[in-house]
Amino acid sequence: MYEAVIGLEVHAHLLTRTKMFCGCSTAFGARPNTQVCPVCLGLPGALPVLNRQAVDCAIKASLALGCRVETESVFARKNYFYPDLPKGYQISQYERPLAVAGGLTLGDATHVRITRVHLEEDAGKSLHEGLADSAIKTGVDFNRSGVPLIEIVSEPDLRSAAQAAGFFSELRAILVWIGVNDGNMEEGSLRCDANVSVRPAGQSSLGTKTEVKNLNSFRHVEKALTYEIERQIEVVRGGGRVRQETRLWDGASGRTQPMRSKEDAQDYRYFPEPDLPPLVVDAARIEALGAALPELPAARRERFVAAHGLPPYDAGVLTQSAGLADYFERTAAAAGNAKAASNWIMGELLGMLNDRHATVETAPIAPDALGGLIALIDRGTISSAMAKDVFARMYDTGQSAAAIVEAEGLAQIGDADEVAALVDRVVAANTPVVAEYRDGKRQVFGFLVGQVMKASGGRVNPKLANERLRAVLDRDGDVAVTPGTAQR
Amino acid sequence: MSRLTIADVERIAALAHLELTGEEKQLFTGQLADILTYAEQLQQIDTTGVPATAHVHPDLRAERPDEPAPSLAPEDALANAPDADAEAGLFKVPRVIG
Repeated sequence: MYEAVIGLEVHAHLLTRTKMFCGCSTAFGARPNTQVCPVCLGLPGALPVLNRQAVDCAIKASLALGCRVETESVFARKNYFYPDLPKGYQISQYERPLAVAGGLTLGDATHVRITRVHLEEDAGKSLHEGLADSAIKTGVDFNRSGVPLIEIVSEPDLRSAAQAAGFFSELRAILVWIGVNDGNMEEGSLRCDANVSVRPAGQSSLGTKTEVKNLNSFRHVEKALTYEIERQIEVVRGGGRVRQETRLWDGASGRTQPMRSKEDAQDYRYFPEPDLPPLVVDAARIEALGAALPELPAARRERFVAAHGLPPYDAGVLTQSAGLADYFERTAAAAGNAKAASNWIMGELLGMLNDRHATVETAPIAPDALGGLIALIDRGTISSAMAKDVFARMYDTGQSAAAIVEAEGLAQIGDADEVAALVDRVVAANTPVVAEYRDGKRQVFGFLVGQVMKASGGRVNPKLANERLRAVLDRDGDVAVTPGTAQR
Repeated sequence: MSRLTIADVERIAALAHLELTGEEKQLFTGQLADILTYAEQLQQIDTTGVPATAHVHPDLRAERPDEPAPSLAPEDALANAPDADAEAGLFKVPRVIG
């Protein structure tokens, strides 16, 4: 048996308006090279000035990941040549990162240690395909050059592809939750590389690792790592040795391929960035940012289970974003029924939002209004079935449940006399069926309930209708049978 | 004492994507060795108890607010490029993957 050992390196864009070291916009999707200036184009003489918001975001992320934020960290130049790196070096942090020694506990109780969180700038974007001269040339767009990033490095504490995907997903949830990243993997706001090795189960030393790049969705993380783990196990089983290399995941073929490596080994020749002083953050700043952090997803999940009595599954769904969790809590408070609030949000609301391509932040039904609908059901004013129609109407009109029920005359018939009259009418109109029931054919009861429902236009309280019908049928059993029908 | 060799210079030149003539390699081996010798002189100073520093102005704490500033006009951004596609707004380089 073999065991996989995996560590992740996650790059996350920080939610700032401007770049790390200059005032150019970070907005995604602008025309190429319209958000560039001498600093992010690496023109001679341009000097970087650090974006305060980027530092704040990085500190928040570090604290949310349980890291110790260093009061002094140092920027360094990572030197390499690639056309999308205009200065010939990336400003990063190397020997003295912003934060160290954190960790994250996954749903399966695995604790994944976080080695470090450091600040760095993104590179530009190379366009290799889709241009008339793509066969011979590469286009370069520097709009992304200098966009602020944090790199989060985990210890090799993950043991399966699924666990790695789960860790990446949890990281994303936290970064989005605390508002430092938009979580948009399609636009490259969040990227993941993995270091993978295999070893015989029980062995404590590590096998030779490969670095797998280009894992830009949870599905790709899981598929790529599954493939790579199997590949390495086959190599080792066959008596071979895994070569230390960087491999690219190709989603189309479902394989990892060695990256075309340059003959010479990488040597980044890191050295302290002379154009930037050490980054000094005082304790007060760290404390203030920590105090302003929202309750994190894991803590909130636990509270939803403990305080609201929700099943862990519900708590997991409702804490996928801070907005959804807030919506749930407000709905539950208004409804006075947390489980019903959870059911309505996970079922009707999320379904409707999905259909209409809307988000919980822009939902036309406010939490108080959904709470009001649930309260009407709990009071017996409307049936659950009817409530779904009312919900749809609330969504389209923005009206309250009470207003819709009132205007449409949808309130349930819950008055005992009214129910009795309905039941009597149905019993009288269906004497042959009633006789069958009294003859012992109990399954026709459902038909009779349906008739009562129909007679009320769907408005009768089903529980009351059931009780009354049962009472009438069983009470009058001996007197109401007519001879002809009894023999059928 | 530093023992910088021609091989070291060749390696540094390769990392910097520089092609040097034999004469230049000789010249730079001597010059770089002089720089290392100078650094070695500095290392003779007793710095026990002096914390390592990465910067000569450690008290500069300049951070700027996250306020957008104007970017370059696209034609200016591309003006110095040896090769560019003005219409697509792209810098052009020889194809880097193949």
